[in-house]
Amino acid sequence: MGQTISEKIISNHVGHKVYAGELVISDVDGAMASDTTGPLTIKAFKEMGGKKVFNPDKCALIIDHAAPSPNERIANLHKMMRDFAKEQGMRLFEIGEGICHQVMVENQYVKPGDIFIGADSHTPTYGALNAFACGVGSTDLAAVMMTGKIWLKVPQTIKIHCSGKLQDGVTAKDLILFLVGKVTVSGATYQAIEFCGEAFEGLSLASRMTIANMSSEMGAKTGIVHPAGLKLDYDFEAITPDADAKYIKTFDFDVSDLEPQVSAPESPDNVHNISNYEDTKINYAFIGTCCNGRLEDLDIAAKILKGKKIHPDVRMVIAPASQSVLLDAMSNGSMQTLIEAGASLITSGCGPCVGTHQGVPADGEVVISAANRNFRGRMGNPNSNIYLGAPATVAASALEGKITNPKKYLI
Amino acid sequence: MSTIKTTIEAKAHVYGNHIDTDRIIPGKYTKTLDLSTLANHVLEDLDPNFNKIVQSGDILVAGINFGCGSSREQAPLALKQSGISVVIAEDFARIFFRNAINIGLPVLEIGKHDIQKGAKLSIDLKQGIVNDITANKSYKATKLPDIMIDILSEGGLVNYLNKNGNYTL
Repeated sequence: MGQTISEKIISNHVGHKVYAGELVISDVDGAMASDTTGPLTIKAFKEMGGKKVFNPDKCALIIDHAAPSPNERIANLHKMMRDFAKEQGMRLFEIGEGICHQVMVENQYVKPGDIFIGADSHTPTYGALNAFACGVGSTDLAAVMMTGKIWLKVPQTIKIHCSGKLQDGVTAKDLILFLVGKVTVSGATYQAIEFCGEAFEGLSLASRMTIANMSSEMGAKTGIVHPAGLKLDYDFEAITPDADAKYIKTFDFDVSDLEPQVSAPESPDNVHNISNYEDTKINYAFIGTCCNGRLEDLDIAAKILKGKKIHPDVRMVIAPASQSVLLDAMSNGSMQTLIEAGASLITSGCGPCVGTHQGVPADGEVVISAANRNFRGRMGNPNSNIYLGAPATVAASALEGKITNPKKYLI
Repeated sequence: MSTIKTTIEAKAHVYGNHIDTDRIIPGKYTKTLDLSTLANHVLEDLDPNFNKIVQSGDILVAGINFGCGSSREQAPLALKQSGISVVIAEDFARIFFRNAINIGLPVLEIGKHDIQKGAKLSIDLKQGIVNDITANKSYKATKLPDIMIDILSEGGLVNYLNKNGNYTL
């Protein structure tokens, strides 16, 4: 019987063929926790009798959610992480090195065909790399760090096929917002997603990460982009599904006419064509996060803002996904352009996305954000409203002071 | 972590669909190991009165996709610390579901229901039966995988691994 990508990857790890619905205990190729989940992970690791992590080269801690520390309480939690990493001989990614998912990919903690478990809900991002990657909570992660294993139910898979090429000025973020709108925030709960078809084949690794990242917003256990067209700096063996693999559901969309998409408050699946929201006044524009803080995101924003100034009633925050992204955006001039246009640069990391620091909106304010979540209170104030869009949409909106279709600036 | 009580009789606090973990415990309060801080802010953006009215042993009831969003284990921890003894929903987001079992907070998936705010419920966790005493109606929960039953009956994953050292199926 044919297998999906998830069934193949899990089979490779457990040593025999498995199919959807089976419970397995699988070896894990890598594990990480952030400063939201890491301290509880360390506490649970010690309480469950953990002495040494299963392999310090395959485990990492990342300080990204509240970096640098905004207060003494969080400073002490960061210290707890640094001390644990040192004691275990594992790497700790310091403040400013970047967002967990970005640094795991840049530093090759995860590769095609791997099973990776992260204590962060956006861990499916590594599906861009043709890996099976799942988010878990702190205690699950502590158990992975101690045993090198996880128990899993082999998921059923939903296939999302998109034919056609995206128009100029329409990007991977628009495509994934469109798909989240169609599948809904609970449409893939407990299931894996495979993304395939022409629309994905031409996408860069960064764009594939944007796609896989928002699998979480459909409730999926993991979301894997088919490897056709995937280019990496190293050789890899791609995992593709069998022709007779069984899917629980298949979606088929022609996306050649897709317009820029916007997700309105207060759920990521409240997605419509941008024309529904044009003229919505904004106060605050944000580009960054594990969804859209990469070089191509800063480049497209810089292209729109080159030689211009953002609207006087708008403030703009940029948080590069990693130090490496920041350095690249400095050397190619994009960062200079964005700052000259009036943007404010903050530490590479999660920035204001998690509502902890670095730009909490005021009561009644409207945010246009390149992030992946717009739940009420997400950015720290339940009395503000968050719209999600592509980095190009955020830049064009910052320029005009209202939600704006970026196509006219890009064609 | 204590072991779990298998029969519960208490009052239901009923909320709607898609209650995300930001609403269960906002991100700004998550960076702490102090459980009382979590409990003080539990559900505050959904129902600012919740932490004043919740009593030890009470039951939280919700619609579909409860606990979607962030992987923060602080969400079930906050509910447990506030006194909630079990969460019942039509269905759950997967990370929340695992987290709850891992920290020893029982969760029951019962599909479509019409349990009303304030209803008195009696629950048999072993059998997975939810009786709505107020409405004189009964619901059967989806059976947990055996490994989750084992983890829950130890009071959570910490105790389970302390006892077994590793996973067994």
